[in-house]
Amino acid sequence: MAVVFKKPEALTDAVLHYCPGCTHGIVHRLVAEALDELGVRGKAVAIASVGCSVFSYNYFNCDAVQAAHGRAPAVATGVKRACPESIVFTYQGDGDLAAIGTAETVHSAARGENITVIFINNAIYGMTGGQMAPTTLPGQVTQTSPYGRDTNTVGFPVKVCEMLSQVDGATYLERVAVNNVKNVKAAKAAIKKAFQNQIEGKGFSLVEVLSTCPTNWGLTPEKALTWLEENMLPYYPLGVYKDKYAE
Amino acid sequence: MAKVTFNEELCKGCGLCVGACPKKIVKLSSDKINAKGYHPATVEETEKCIGCAFCATMCPDCVITVEK
Repeated sequence: MAVVFKKPEALTDAVLHYCPGCTHGIVHRLVAEALDELGVRGKAVAIASVGCSVFSYNYFNCDAVQAAHGRAPAVATGVKRACPESIVFTYQGDGDLAAIGTAETVHSAARGENITVIFINNAIYGMTGGQMAPTTLPGQVTQTSPYGRDTNTVGFPVKVCEMLSQVDGATYLERVAVNNVKNVKAAKAAIKKAFQNQIEGKGFSLVEVLSTCPTNWGLTPEKALTWLEENMLPYYPLGVYKDKYAE
Repeated sequence: MAKVTFNEELCKGCGLCVGACPKKIVKLSSDKINAKGYHPATVEETEKCIGCAFCATMCPDCVITVEK
């Protein structure tokens, strides 16, 4: 018998601290599989963010730097420029990338830094206990929007892929989801391509992964997948938003 | 024949594997509790497993190993 599926080598044996059913674990595994399959684990440098994914440096079996809140793309810029042979990626949530780190995100894309950004969008602040995030959907109930997000007072969600698609320096932008097996496989392909782009020196690649937060959404893990499909997919359509080198 | 193995101590009982299984043979064991306090996922009718690894694909905690 041959092993057809096992834990990738680019993940350590540390037990993930995420809540039951949190899809961070799936995305961690997809990133690790991409590092293994591309054979770059030895020269990979992970830039951990602030948020639920703050401990990702414990989980990725490669070098890692922990950045200040939102500054992961800036730290990645420094690491990549100092050690251009390394494969540098950031792993950031929506509170990190789309709120406090918006400037770093937009400007690293505008500069066309040759880095890979993995962006987890679960439409809520997870680690701090379920407050409204920039990515929270209109009408979505959170701890700080108990009557639903009111766009008259707090505005509209930030659509990161659409926004960055207008930035000339960005090379590859794709939005994927991990709500079912088919989408997980598509997410894997997108993440792998984002790393392949960096290996080929093509520039800034970002993959936005629509993810679940069962605990703060107040749903069971399985119902959270359905909620993602019914509410997030219509507002955040999946697809490739920019691919500079598409044939 | 396929073989699916669960590292039950890592399981958090989220049930994403249960929903992903096309043969509906993955279940959360009702009579077992792991050290974390969860009912771990398991397969009893192993002969029905087709080795598609859908359960492992959806598992957030790398609990599942699939051989074929």
